[in-house]
Amino acid sequence: MTTTFKIFLSVAILTTTTSFLSAEDWAGFRGPSSGSVAKNSKVPVQWKENENVAWKVELPGLGPASPIVVGNQVIVTCSSGYKQKRLHVVSYDANSGEQLWHRQFWATGRTSTHPFSAVAANTPTSDGKRIFAFFSSNDLICLDLQGDLQWYRGLGLDFPKSGNDVGMSSSPLTVAGTVVVQVEAQGDSFAISLKAEDGSTLWRHQRDQRANWASPVAINRGNGKSLVLLQSPNSGLTAHDPQSGEELWKYEAVCSGVPSPLVLGDSILISSNGLTKLKFGKDSNSPELSWDAAKLRPGSASPVVYNNNIYTMNTGVLKCGDLASGDVKWQLRLHGKYWATPVIAGGKMYVVNQDGVAKVIQLGDEKGEVIGESDFGEAVKGSPAVAGDAMFVRTDEHLWKISSK
Amino acid sequence: MKRNLYLLISFLSVTSLLAGLPCSTGLPQLSTAEDKDLDETTKLLDTINSVGPKGEGHQAAAAAWRELSKSSVEQLPAILVGIDKSNALSINWLRAAVDSIAQSKYDKEDFPAAELEEFVLDTNHAPRGRRLAFEILADFDETAKERLTSKFLNDPSLELRRDAVAQLSSQADKLRDSSDQKNATEAYRRALTHARDIDQIDHAADQLRKLKAEVDLPSHFGFVQNWHLIGPFDNVDKGGFDVAYPPESTIELEAQHEGVGEKPVAWKKHSSEDDYGLVDLNKAMGKHKGAIAYAVAEFNAAEARDIELRLGCINANKVWLNGQRLFANNVYHANTYIDQYVGKGRLKAGKNVILIKIAQNEQEDSWAQRWQFQLRVCDQFGTAVLAKE
Repeated sequence: MTTTFKIFLSVAILTTTTSFLSAEDWAGFRGPSSGSVAKNSKVPVQWKENENVAWKVELPGLGPASPIVVGNQVIVTCSSGYKQKRLHVVSYDANSGEQLWHRQFWATGRTSTHPFSAVAANTPTSDGKRIFAFFSSNDLICLDLQGDLQWYRGLGLDFPKSGNDVGMSSSPLTVAGTVVVQVEAQGDSFAISLKAEDGSTLWRHQRDQRANWASPVAINRGNGKSLVLLQSPNSGLTAHDPQSGEELWKYEAVCSGVPSPLVLGDSILISSNGLTKLKFGKDSNSPELSWDAAKLRPGSASPVVYNNNIYTMNTGVLKCGDLASGDVKWQLRLHGKYWATPVIAGGKMYVVNQDGVAKVIQLGDEKGEVIGESDFGEAVKGSPAVAGDAMFVRTDEHLWKISSK
Repeated sequence: MKRNLYLLISFLSVTSLLAGLPCSTGLPQLSTAEDKDLDETTKLLDTINSVGPKGEGHQAAAAAWRELSKSSVEQLPAILVGIDKSNALSINWLRAAVDSIAQSKYDKEDFPAAELEEFVLDTNHAPRGRRLAFEILADFDETAKERLTSKFLNDPSLELRRDAVAQLSSQADKLRDSSDQKNATEAYRRALTHARDIDQIDHAADQLRKLKAEVDLPSHFGFVQNWHLIGPFDNVDKGGFDVAYPPESTIELEAQHEGVGEKPVAWKKHSSEDDYGLVDLNKAMGKHKGAIAYAVAEFNAAEARDIELRLGCINANKVWLNGQRLFANNVYHANTYIDQYVGKGRLKAGKNVILIKIAQNEQEDSWAQRWQFQLRVCDQFGTAVLAKE
C-alpha cells in the first residue's frame, strides 16, 4: 500500500464514517426502494476493454450477489475455497477501484449450492452506517463502513434444520432499525427480524416449508410507518410490523419462488398468476387486486417499472406492459438466459445474460430497441448497481465500473 | 506485545487444551506491564469467545472486539492463540480482528513473522487459527508458501493440507507430462493417500487409473458397500417419515414384514460396486413412489472409537448407529452430494449396526425420481474408518 493511498484511504474512510444513505447510493438488491431504477444516471451504452471501462478488479471468489454502492464504497460479497466455506466482504473505492478493506469468515451453515449459484448469492444491504452481508449458508454479518465487525449471527447454527442444498439467495432488507431475512426451505423455514444495532432477535415467524428465493421489501404506508412485505410460494404476500413482526394483512396467492415483489407507491406487483398488481384503496388497510396478467409472467428476474410501463424478462424475451391495465404493449427477443434483474439508468434498460452479454435498450411506449451490446466475457448472474453516472457489474471473477468518466 | 507474552499465552492455551490443567507453574517470568497486557488480552479473548447462539453475548463481544482490534501487529500471535478456545461463531469475530489488524498500517520490522511461522507449524493449535496465521504470513513474506506448504501434507488443518496436496498433484502432473510414469504414479499415490477433499481425491484417482495403477476408492473414502435392503413401506403424502416401521425396532434379516398394500416384504442382500458407494434403490428394489426403504449394514470395528457417519441422500432420511438415531432430514429432492449429512457417533469394538431409512415422495418431475443413498464411516477429518475383515 503506498503512502499516498494510505492517506487517501484514511480520508475516504473518515468521509464515509459520517455518511448516511444518499439518493445516489445503491444500497441493496435492486437499489433505491428495490426499484432497479436510477432515473438520472448517464451510463455508456457501449463498452470494451479500453472504452468506458473506468476500472476492473479481480474478485477473491464467486457470487451471484449484486454489488452495492454506499458513499464512495462499492461493496461485494464472495465465497471461495473448497465447498465455498470461505466468505468474503470486500470494499473498493468507487473512484479508483482500489481495495479499501477485505474481511473473511468461515461459513457456519450449509454451503452446498447449485453449480450456477454460489454461497455469496444474497445481495448485501446497508442502512448507510452498517453493512449487512447475508450468505446462502445463513451467516448474517454486520460490519461498519470501515469493515469493523459489529455482530455476527449464524442462523444455520441457531436453527440447524434451516437451509437448502440447492442454495438460498433471498437478500436482506433493512428498514426502521431492523434487518429482515427470509430463510425459507423444506426444513426449518422462517422469516426473522434482527435489531440492526446489535443483531438481537426482534421476531421470528415460521413460514411455508418450501424453497423460496424471493427477497423481502418494505412499503411506506404514510406517517413514516413502513411495513415489511414477505412473499412466499404458498402463502402469497404477508405484511408485518418491522418491530413486532405482527402480521397486519395477508394476500392469499400462489407465487413463484424466485422473482421478488415490487412496490410502487400504493401498488405492489407480485409474481402470481403471471404477474399480479395489488393496490390500496383510499381508506383500505390491505391491498386489493387490480389485475392479473398471465402474459407478463417473470422468469428469474424481478419485474421493473419505469414511466408507467412494466418490464418482465422470461425465456430471453423482454415484455413491456401497461402498469394501469397489465396489457402487453410490446416484446423484444434478446436471446440467452437471464438471472439478473435488469436496471434502468437514464431511461435506458441494461440487461445482462448469464453468458455476460449486456444489451442496452432504448425504452419507448411503442417499442424497445437495442442500441448497444457489450460482452463481459464472463458469466453474470447478479444485477448491476448504478450510482452517479456509473454502473457496477459483478462477473464471475471481476468487478467492473462502466463509466465514461 | 513481546515474544515471551505470546509464548506464555500459547503455553497456557495449549496446556489447558491438551490436559485441562491449571497453568500456574514453570512459566516464563513477565514484567508488570506484560502481565497487564496478558490480563487485558486474555479478558478480551475470553469475552469474545463467550458469544453464543441467537445473539448471546453480542454486546459484550462487540465492545471487546473494538478494543482487541486496536492491538498492534505484534500482538497477532497472542490473539491467534485465542482461536484455540473459540467456538464456531467466535472464531469469526477473532478472524475479523486479526484481518483488521493485519490490514492496518504498521512498521515492517514489528511484524512477528518468526512467531507466526512457529504458530503455523505447531499442530497443537487450532487448525483454523494456524491457517489464518499462514495466510497473514504468506501476505507478508512471499517465500512462506513455497517454504512451508510441503510440510502440510498430513496436517490436521484440511485447508493447509489441501494446499500441500495441490502442490504435490501439480508436481505429479509435471512428471506425467514428462512421461516419468513411475515417479508420477508414486506422486499421485501420495497425493491420494493424503487428500481428503473430493475433487483432489478424484483427480489423483483418475490419473492413477490412466497410469494403469489400481485404486480402491470405496476403501479410500470408507463407503459401506454391503447392505441388506427392505421395502417398500408406505409413505403416501410423505406420511411415513415418522412412522416407526418394524426395522426401527427389530432387525431380523430372516423376518418378513407387511409393506405397501399389505404385501409381505423381506430383507435382501445388495452390494454396491460404485466408486462412491451409491446404492440406487430404483434399481435394487424397483421404482416406487410414496415409499420407504430401509438399509442395514453390520460394521465390525477393531476397537471402540468415535466416528462420523456421513450420508449423501436426495430423499428424506434417518440414520441410526446401534439403535441410536444420529440424524433425521425431512427434505426431498433438494440436491445430494457426498458427506451431505454428518452425524457423530461411537463405534463399539466388534459388531455394530448401521440403519438408514430412505423416504421417497410422489413428485412427478423428471428431476425428482432418484431414490438413493451413499454412506461412509470416517473420522472427523474424513479419513476412512474401515471395518475389520
